[in-house]
Amino acid sequence: MARTGRIREKLRWSKIYTFSCIRPTGSMTADASPSLSLPGPGHSRVVRCNQPHAHRRNPLNYPSNYISTTKYNIVTFLPKAIFEQFRRVANLYFLLAACLSVTSISPFSPVSMIAPLAFVVGLSMAKEALEDWRRFVQDMKVNIRKAIVHKGNGRFGNKFWHKIRVGDVVKVEKNQFFPADLLLLSSSYEDGICYVETMNLDGETNLKVKRSLEVTLPLEDDQSFNDFSATIQCEDPNSSLYTFVGNLEYERQVYALDPSQILLRDSKLRNTSYIYGVVIFTGHDTKVMQNATESPSKRSRIEKKMDYIIYILFTVLVLVSLISSIGFAVKTKFEMPEWWYLQPQRVGDSHLYNLSTPGLSGIFHLVTALILYGYLIPISLYVSIEVVKVLQAMFINQDLQMYDEETGNPAQARTSNLNEELGQVDTILSDKTGTLTCNQMDFLKCSIAGFSYGLRSSEVEIAAAKQIASEESGGSVQNGSGIDYWENGGSSCGSSPEIKLEGGITCKIEKARKPMIKGFSFEDDRLMQGNWLSEPDPDVILLFFRILAVCHTAIPELDEETGSFTYEAESPDEGAFLVAAREFGFEFCRRTQTSVFVRERYPSSADPIEREFKILNLLEFNSKRKRMSVVIRDENGQVLLLCKGADSIIFDRLSKNGRMYEVDTSKHLNEYGEAGLRTLALAYRKLEESEYSTWNTDFLKAKTAIGPDREAQLEQASDMIEKELILVGATAVEDKLQKGVPQCIDKLAQAGLKIWVLTGDKMETAINIGFSCSLLRQGMKQICISPVNKDLITQDANKALVLSLVTEQAVKEDIQKQITNASQMIKLETDPHAASALIIDGKALTYALEEDMKQQFLSLAVDCASVICCRVSPKQKALVTRLVKEGTGKVTLAIGDGANDVGMIQEADIGVGISGVEGMQAVMASDFSISQFRYLERLLVVHGHWCYKRIAQMICYFFYKNIAFGLTLFYFEAYTGFSGQSVYDDWYMILFNVILTSLPVISLGVFEQDVSSEVCLQFPALYQQGPKNLFFDWYRIIGWMSNGLYSSLMIFFLNIGIFFTQAFRQGGQTADMAAIGTTMFTCIIWAVNMQISLTMCHFTWIQIVLVCGSIATWYLFLLAYGESSPLISGNAFHILVEALAPSPVFWSVTLLVTAACNLPYLIHISYQRLYNPMDHHVIQEIKYYKKDVEDQCMWTRERSKARSATKIGFTARVDAKIRQLKGKLHMKVSSLSAQTVVLPPSPDVL
Amino acid sequence: MNSKGASTSGGDGTRDSSAPRRNSKKPKYSKFTQQELPACKPILTPAWIITSFALVGLVFVPIGLASLSASEQVVEIVDRYDIDCIPEQFQKNQLAYIQNSETNKTCTRNLIVPKKMNSPVYVYYQLDNFYQNHRRYVKSRSDKQLRSTAYEQVTDSCKPEDKANGSAIVPCGLIAWSLFNDTYKFSLDSKVLEVNKKNIAWKSDQDHKFGSDVYPKNFQSGELIGGAKLNASIPLSEQEDLIVWMRTAALPTFRKLYGKIEVDLELNDKITVVIQNNYNTYGFGGKKKLVLSTTTWIGGKNDFLGVAYLTVGGMCLFLAICFVLLYVFKPRTLGDPSYLSWNRNAAGHPS
Repeated sequence: MARTGRIREKLRWSKIYTFSCIRPTGSMTADASPSLSLPGPGHSRVVRCNQPHAHRRNPLNYPSNYISTTKYNIVTFLPKAIFEQFRRVANLYFLLAACLSVTSISPFSPVSMIAPLAFVVGLSMAKEALEDWRRFVQDMKVNIRKAIVHKGNGRFGNKFWHKIRVGDVVKVEKNQFFPADLLLLSSSYEDGICYVETMNLDGETNLKVKRSLEVTLPLEDDQSFNDFSATIQCEDPNSSLYTFVGNLEYERQVYALDPSQILLRDSKLRNTSYIYGVVIFTGHDTKVMQNATESPSKRSRIEKKMDYIIYILFTVLVLVSLISSIGFAVKTKFEMPEWWYLQPQRVGDSHLYNLSTPGLSGIFHLVTALILYGYLIPISLYVSIEVVKVLQAMFINQDLQMYDEETGNPAQARTSNLNEELGQVDTILSDKTGTLTCNQMDFLKCSIAGFSYGLRSSEVEIAAAKQIASEESGGSVQNGSGIDYWENGGSSCGSSPEIKLEGGITCKIEKARKPMIKGFSFEDDRLMQGNWLSEPDPDVILLFFRILAVCHTAIPELDEETGSFTYEAESPDEGAFLVAAREFGFEFCRRTQTSVFVRERYPSSADPIEREFKILNLLEFNSKRKRMSVVIRDENGQVLLLCKGADSIIFDRLSKNGRMYEVDTSKHLNEYGEAGLRTLALAYRKLEESEYSTWNTDFLKAKTAIGPDREAQLEQASDMIEKELILVGATAVEDKLQKGVPQCIDKLAQAGLKIWVLTGDKMETAINIGFSCSLLRQGMKQICISPVNKDLITQDANKALVLSLVTEQAVKEDIQKQITNASQMIKLETDPHAASALIIDGKALTYALEEDMKQQFLSLAVDCASVICCRVSPKQKALVTRLVKEGTGKVTLAIGDGANDVGMIQEADIGVGISGVEGMQAVMASDFSISQFRYLERLLVVHGHWCYKRIAQMICYFFYKNIAFGLTLFYFEAYTGFSGQSVYDDWYMILFNVILTSLPVISLGVFEQDVSSEVCLQFPALYQQGPKNLFFDWYRIIGWMSNGLYSSLMIFFLNIGIFFTQAFRQGGQTADMAAIGTTMFTCIIWAVNMQISLTMCHFTWIQIVLVCGSIATWYLFLLAYGESSPLISGNAFHILVEALAPSPVFWSVTLLVTAACNLPYLIHISYQRLYNPMDHHVIQEIKYYKKDVEDQCMWTRERSKARSATKIGFTARVDAKIRQLKGKLHMKVSSLSAQTVVLPPSPDVL
Repeated sequence: MNSKGASTSGGDGTRDSSAPRRNSKKPKYSKFTQQELPACKPILTPAWIITSFALVGLVFVPIGLASLSASEQVVEIVDRYDIDCIPEQFQKNQLAYIQNSETNKTCTRNLIVPKKMNSPVYVYYQLDNFYQNHRRYVKSRSDKQLRSTAYEQVTDSCKPEDKANGSAIVPCGLIAWSLFNDTYKFSLDSKVLEVNKKNIAWKSDQDHKFGSDVYPKNFQSGELIGGAKLNASIPLSEQEDLIVWMRTAALPTFRKLYGKIEVDLELNDKITVVIQNNYNTYGFGGKKKLVLSTTTWIGGKNDFLGVAYLTVGGMCLFLAICFVLLYVFKPRTLGDPSYLSWNRNAAGHPS
């Protein structure tokens, strides 16, 4: 480490770099720059560097570097959490009821009201506390990270992150995170530059160069900070990641600061041994924390809808209570005076039965009734749902098939209240880097001198080949497009182990690849082991390898263990090239200020020859140029320009005689592109010494020029030399997708999900990835929206000195026009199979997301099969997510891995974090975390589907059971002169929700499976039941409620009819209230438990035990309760043994009522299953009769058909290909017919 | 589906070497956590549907018939006497008659036995429009006091009938206070028919809820006299009329057991009942009926049970037939993939 550090210290990168290290010119001349007088408000921050103690007192007492993302602290927990709890309407109602239950107007004892409420609220609060505690622990982990801080007198020592103050000088070493927002003072490089990885902030993977002010460069060792002091005046904390305004007063001079000196918290120091910096913003003032939005508490759609049902029930409750209280008032006024046995005249001071004030009595009674009928609002619903969700989450956490062996991370449901939302997702918004891709490039193929090398197929090709193979073997085209190729190669209908691809390349399904070299998957003996020498054009191949080994900005690092070099490159592509060059025998081993050393290995000699290439100039890559070049002088003194870049750019710059291989190469490039690979073209140019030196003078002039034109001049200078190139070949690098990503996307697309990719990467990269994961394919219309002419406009504007507003306007109009045109184009599209893809640039997105344009943008995006947004900032990701969420009103899921995805994860209905290697921010903000993108399929299609159905059925059932029970109370009350008497014992009512009916419904919510997980995965179309909300629509809810109403009527009136007045047993006794109440309650227990058995279709021993157990518990309870002291059981004393059990009527009523209650539901499901079966019904039947085993072809065929019409994914790709082939055939036929008929073909032929 | 299980376990084996240190986070395999518990997944096939409907029908119809026939066997004599037992001159002012303690409340009724009644013949009184289930009424009792003398003073729930003359009433409360007090004396051909008033209450009530050492005290001694008075020398556990009365009825129309006649009554027997018409139902427009009834296994006369059973059973049979017909004329092969939604949408296009 130290050694390489020293090497680097010799380097002055600014000499080599052309573009990105442009020194702020203003800073040189202190008093000339107008920017020094900072605008007043908003720029008040003063930082006394190296004097942290100055920041302990006002007015400079800024917040410490302690961060906290918790919702509560010890003091605020109770009030805040309780407030949160009672924001639920139902809880508030129960609180009121509990308060009133202490008074005499309550129909129940206070305990029976308070205990369940305390239980419910306590449980929810405990859950909140636990979640907050986890957040606290996570925060603490960050807070107690250690940083090296200047402690005075030039000594540095470790300090906890949270102890760091503004003004501290910190030293950050390689691969460490910056603890706060820093001003870069100096680095291990002589010219004060450093490399920063801002992955956590914006998701960009390429390293960024930051550079310090010239004036602070001497502060290069610990000792120099002994008496360092300076003052920074700068902007107040804000959330903009890319701006910074401030100035530094150092040694009585004022220097302007700009964003390139600012190192942001949560970014990482790369390729640089160490840096020194001064803390400017700490803790919550840092830009990254300012960007963090408070994590919103999310509620699922079902739960929101449930609120409406609760409102309905409240209305019913109030209505019923009103009826009851009016009835009571009327009875009190007109009838009660005659009821002498109630002694109505002697009511004392109670207002309840006061004859003189029937109105008042009515109002009091209203309260009583509201409490009495509280059973309509199931208090236990919330508890049961919480319990069920926690158990569901447990299943998600425990799922072995979502456990990643490599990282050792299981899936984790971090908030359990969104489980069912997983089953209703409509749009997935995905990050790219780290989510879809591993951010690792593999050199896979190359085309040199018109020959394509590299036998290994890309993942895309392998998958496509498998698909086509089963296509062919699957018989007719219509039946064919099976989808099970992923799991086990050939499907059951026939398989061919070896598949001929169109290009004649035989691809084997490579199970066991050779020991992997990271970044290198190339396999072709023609080039390896020096065999390239015997190829047709060895000179060109040599040149190709040299370009790979020399044309880059990477730094080699010797791996002590293996003796080979690893490379630290700005982008993973570059790393892959170097690894490839190394494997080909061109090992880049050393870089000095001026030279690159390459060890070349030839088969002729055993020892490698070390060659030196003098780097004369380096014209590095940027997104505008899309190419990079080096000008080198080789050992023979020959000056060469080596260039690599996007094929279109390179092809434009070829010389006449450099186009020898153009045709072949571009053909190969197309093939590579189709195979989902990232391609670059390589070219070179020989320069005459004189030519070079003329150019170099121009170039140096441009480089040292001062003024706004400098960049333009530099570019012009570069253009001058990067022309007349000679094409050598092209490379194809596979941006390694994470395992199973294309398959997963395919499945998700078949499940009817839309997938949007939001990435911080540049457009080309994003498009490439789009291809490799089949979000894009050849033949798809690509609608690229980006402010193309912006540069032009800005330049014009600069010249004309037009206000920037005008240019903004122009750009905006331009974008608007692009969007309108694209929408128009899609509308005019008549081919139903035509798919289009929208690719939009971050800058364009800024305009598209503005209020007046966003609807238009959204409708365009929704019409497109896939949407890719590139170069988007974290904020834009969140905005896009919000637009989709609010614009379409459907459930959105955001998935990402970095801190730059946090906004989107929080904004989406469901946020999923990838718990990979990078930081934990995304996971911390997420609702679910998985370790690989591919687990999303199982999470949604299996767990989401199940959880949705479970919760939906459970809630419906809950309302059913409480209506069935609650209304019987009302009917009975009507028979008691609306006096508020309940027919059931208090204990029955407490137990009803808590014990007697809760466990079966919980088992429904936890264990129900309509189809097994395999079937869920095989029939992604089943997932559509969720987004279509088939199980929780109003039709179904009202159906269940009506069922409840019907059951309540049956239970009550059958019982009343049978137990009317006569004796109910041979002994001649008539039934009293306790007997009728107990019988009625028995009927309810039976009816609702039978109902739930009819609802369930998956009985493990648990369900059976719980359902039977509930019924048995009731009888056992009755027995035990009857055996207890009559002072406790009252009229229920010995009721079962003595009164009810010996009476046949008791049993026959139970049987009758149970049957009568469930009859309509049974008819409904019977009829539905017979004549209108849903998909899962049919599949259940197929499985039940083992038809899938008998008729495998049918099973496979149905599986392939069980998908939503999709325009993305592999399947769609294959479909498109088939259509294309058929189209060709058709064309031939029609052209033939046209020839024979002579007449021009009528339009309908086409 | 087995292949998946195999692959996961296979994965364990191959990766063991690389990932032992992380295995702590690996979920443990169990059928429960993987949601793979063996399960019974019954589906509703037409056979099941038809069988279950037919079965319910076949079970319910006989039960219904049996109940109806049992109900038929019950012989019941119902005699409303509250109007007729008021002398002509008081018909206009029934309340005055009943509230006047001086008037002669005796009333004689003749009942003809319509059918042979086997002993025991149960004697009931039936009240109409009497809200024994009114909340104020139901609560107005003290179970503790009824059970033991120790709790004599526990009368809080009995208000306003809790204390008289400053000391506790036993039994307190409105229920006891309003105890039914009409009496019936039966004679057949001028021969007295004994009415057995023993064992008309629940045994458990007598044994456990009404104390054998608790004697009526201070009862009906307040300013308002409600219903019957109790013999203060008989413990509550022996006061079966009270015990029966204290079991409040669920509906405003109710019968309560008065006693048993333990001889058979023959067809056309003419029974003379001498009624002491004391109880005031005239104030609230209630009716009073005297009921003589035999019982069978379903209790008293109760056609409703049988009819309900027959209705449900009949409907089930009907449905079973409907489903059979539907199944015959419009069958659907189970597991027929053409019913899958993706096939149904494209039904118009034969492939």
